[in-house]
Amino acid sequence: MSIAALTSAEPPKPPASGWSGKHLLGLEDLSREEIHFILDTAESFGEVSSRTRKKVPALQGRIVFNLFFENSTRTRTSFSLAAKRLSADVQDFSASVSSLSKGETFIDTAKNIEAMGADVLVVRHSSPGAPHLLARHVQCGIINAGDGAHEHPTQGLLDLLTIRKAKGRIEGLTVGLVGDISHSRVARSNIWGLTKLGAKVILCGPPTLVPRSLEGLGCEIAYSLDDILPRLDVVNVLRIQSERQQQGLFPSVAEYSRFYGMNQERVSKAPGDLLLLAPGPINRGVELTPEVADGPNSAILEQVKNGLAVRMAVLYLLGGKTDAKPAAD
Amino acid sequence: MRTIQIKGGRIIDPSQGVDEVADLWLGDDRVLGIGEAYAQGTADVVIDARGMIVSPGLIDVHVHLREPGNEEDETIATGAASALAGGVTTVACMPNTIPALDTQGAAEFVVLQAQRARKANVYPVGAVSKGRKGDELAELGQLVAGGAVAFTDDGAPVASASLMRRALLYSKMLDRVIMQHCQVPELTVGGVMNEGAESTRLGLGGMPAAAEDIMVARDIRLAEITGGRLHIQHISTARSVELVREGKKRGIDVTAEACPHHFTLTDERLRTFDSNFKMNPPLRTADDVAAVIEGLKDGTIELLATDHAPHAPEKKMRELDQAPFGIVGLETLIPITVHGLIEPGHLTWVDVIRMLTVAPAKLLGLVDKGTFRPGADADVTIIDTETPWTIDPEKFLSRSRNTPYGGWKVKGRAHVAIVAGEVRHSLGGIVHEAGEAATP
Ligand SMILES: [Zn+2]
Repeated sequence: MSIAALTSAEPPKPPASGWSGKHLLGLEDLSREEIHFILDTAESFGEVSSRTRKKVPALQGRIVFNLFFENSTRTRTSFSLAAKRLSADVQDFSASVSSLSKGETFIDTAKNIEAMGADVLVVRHSSPGAPHLLARHVQCGIINAGDGAHEHPTQGLLDLLTIRKAKGRIEGLTVGLVGDISHSRVARSNIWGLTKLGAKVILCGPPTLVPRSLEGLGCEIAYSLDDILPRLDVVNVLRIQSERQQQGLFPSVAEYSRFYGMNQERVSKAPGDLLLLAPGPINRGVELTPEVADGPNSAILEQVKNGLAVRMAVLYLLGGKTDAKPAAD
Repeated sequence: MRTIQIKGGRIIDPSQGVDEVADLWLGDDRVLGIGEAYAQGTADVVIDARGMIVSPGLIDVHVHLREPGNEEDETIATGAASALAGGVTTVACMPNTIPALDTQGAAEFVVLQAQRARKANVYPVGAVSKGRKGDELAELGQLVAGGAVAFTDDGAPVASASLMRRALLYSKMLDRVIMQHCQVPELTVGGVMNEGAESTRLGLGGMPAAAEDIMVARDIRLAEITGGRLHIQHISTARSVELVREGKKRGIDVTAEACPHHFTLTDERLRTFDSNFKMNPPLRTADDVAAVIEGLKDGTIELLATDHAPHAPEKKMRELDQAPFGIVGLETLIPITVHGLIEPGHLTWVDVIRMLTVAPAKLLGLVDKGTFRPGADADVTIIDTETPWTIDPEKFLSRSRNTPYGGWKVKGRAHVAIVAGEVRHSLGGIVHEAGEAATP
């Protein structure tokens, strides 16, 4: 079953190498070749979304379960839509307090859902490593849709795809990640993906949110956004949670915004073709001003589109290989 | 008198500077002595210990038995059986039960349950504070009357400096040691593992080494001004080891214990998100491991202890940040110590046995334990140092299975454990009752 046959339009370039993973748990586990392969596959799926009939039969008869232990309408919707475009059946399971508070464990819940025939579990959980735990206890494919502050691989991939499409390459670029790196799964997936593909990563924010130990992941650390802006090809502005201020990690949202908020003045300090990314949802006026969010450098809506393509690619690559059942088409 | 002759083993008794191949004689529940001078005609039981080490029964000053309150994890009976399977004939159990061991009655309950179980000797360690809440001193004198051999709020530190100061002072009249789980609690809120490169990588909450260092420094100073006896539990950081070394040099009454996991594993193990690697204090870095080993080598750390912390599988099989801290330790104490300290040449068997016999007996004030002096308690551990075996958690006698060492191929195992002159654990084959054909 080739992607060309599925999309039935222009055949995509054959990928350089395959991806043999059973799960997508994080970008740390993937090689440079595997990441490019997923991005190539995503690009070919991006084309599907621009057709009038936005659906291919790739995953007909497969069941994708969204197992969300933490709210995220955007990510869940993106996965649901991606699965539907591949003709899979999609079921949402939002585990609120109700089931787990009755003493059922996370693993029990997943095993029950697997027993209902799930081929792929898309897991969002507040505990780092929760999808890894499931991968040891269930047979179906697992996609990590965000595990605490650990990883958010599809977000990392969609950021990579957005950069690659806009800049034509990733190798040799300098990318700044700004904000609460310490608690950010998006930051970690970006760090792994970008450094593996040859970009330089600079992490920027106050020291309480950007610990020195991050240098161990192969990044440069900076506390002054103004100083590093002239060096940046891409800036990825991460969301700041007011909870961190309540924990005393920075004095006030206003002070944060003053030193780390992206505004027009800061954009003008960067090279003219600065690409600005922000994983939603953003706090307008805090991490970035509205004119910057909606301005010519912003790729925020591109990211949403690419997110769909990346999730289609990952679901296709994972769901297509559960060979317990024959392919339905 | 019922006698036991343990024949031809390598007897190591650091309390008397003994390391020789000889016979050990026991009579009823006492040690008769080492060598022919103590021969009592035909023994009632002959144990062929050739090729094995014969040691005074091992003592573990740091175990959690979970009873009362969490009997699904362990009971005094199952914990004491687990101890014997690991070659440990005496344990001191921590007071973080529900309710806490903070009264004379609670201490007496532990003693009574241990007598009923008839496995390893179990001594309660009383709580320092009422309810382990850290506010007021528990009734330390009455705890001693109930059988408590030391005090700690373990599971948690005594956070208040003034309470710690009073505990060190007050316990002087009882001649009992204050054991401390050293950690500044404000610095470890939300912590799951060691803070550093690995916690950053994994996005898990960190517990900085400094949280331990600062408390160790504070308590050594408090021991100095009070003249009290301080024991640092499960030491895990390089700086803490240094602080204990300095303290000892200044003549302060401070001792420290190290656990096998802290000299064999590092925080990189958490990369698998396996809760069997989640303990408190957490696994640290390779530098810390090296410092703990160095501390054991130069005598800064005088004791080995397991921090045996059993948890039922359903509790450990949770998301990493929600699973409880701790591992089963008793049944892997000997082989992991062999793997981490003896095989690499850091310590000799004599060193290790000293750390598990004389040193803990002295710490707890157990005058008749940890020695083969004639008249001492007839507690013996016979160790097979050569036969390779594989650690299989399913075979643990502990009620719990939470170990990071499952599947490890190891050497060193208790073949026989004798408590009060009774063979209470044996892997078989070498114990012969009188009348049986004993191997010559
Ligand atoms: Zn402790």
